[in-house]
Amino acid sequence: MKLQLRYFASLREALGPGGELEWPADVALPATAGALRDWLARQSEAHARVLASQRLVRVAVDQVMAGPTTPLREGAEVAFFPPVTGG
Amino acid sequence: MATLANTSPVRIQEADFDVAAELATLQAGRTDVGAVASFVGCVRGGTPGEAVSALTLEHYPGMTERAIEAMVAQAQARFRVLDARVVHRVGRLLPGERIVLVAVASTHRWDAFQACEFLMDYLKTHAPFWKKETTPAGEAWVDARVADDEALARWGIASANASPGAP
Repeated sequence: MKLQLRYFASLREALGPGGELEWPADVALPATAGALRDWLARQSEAHARVLASQRLVRVAVDQVMAGPTTPLREGAEVAFFPPVTGG
Repeated sequence: MATLANTSPVRIQEADFDVAAELATLQAGRTDVGAVASFVGCVRGGTPGEAVSALTLEHYPGMTERAIEAMVAQAQARFRVLDARVVHRVGRLLPGERIVLVAVASTHRWDAFQACEFLMDYLKTHAPFWKKETTPAGEAWVDARVADDEALARWGIASANASPGAP
């Protein structure tokens, strides 16, 4: 089971641009964007620091703004980024 | 909205834009437009103690265009919009340079002013861009502002960009 992970801005600087995540066929994907964030936060010290639950991190699933309860499906593109500052 | 089926009202680009030319496209070939309202956002040079020498804008290619197109569709649903244009630059910009243009054409001014402000408030809190300032102290990412979430809330849209909590 695969997901496409992307990071932007300060998250990209800390963790890299992202890439493909793969889980073995007999292991369930994180069910939601929030579950994925929690899983990522456990991957390294840098991940834990940048994705800590008290940090404001926004998420998009398949290029649409989402939230922690947004469900994930096989092949989804999930992007994590700081609060936006365009305009 | 009187745009061609595969012509988007939104452009993301590094190059500068010509405001007069963009506004002219909103009236091209039609005489029902009675009002064109527009906003241009520019790079500020910072305060005397903290001069900004450059502003670099990153974005999420693909999502950025879709997100702003969805905002324009919402503006059409809420206001009487004949046509709209959003041009947003990315890359490295210098103080005084144009960053963004939002322009709306309507039959009358109320809808044009309202839709223009609505689009800017929405873009500030939901369009995936991130700004990084270069100052004498180095480079630093600009913080999102709670005031922008509050501005969008006045349109009845719950927003949690700079604020904790899910939108």
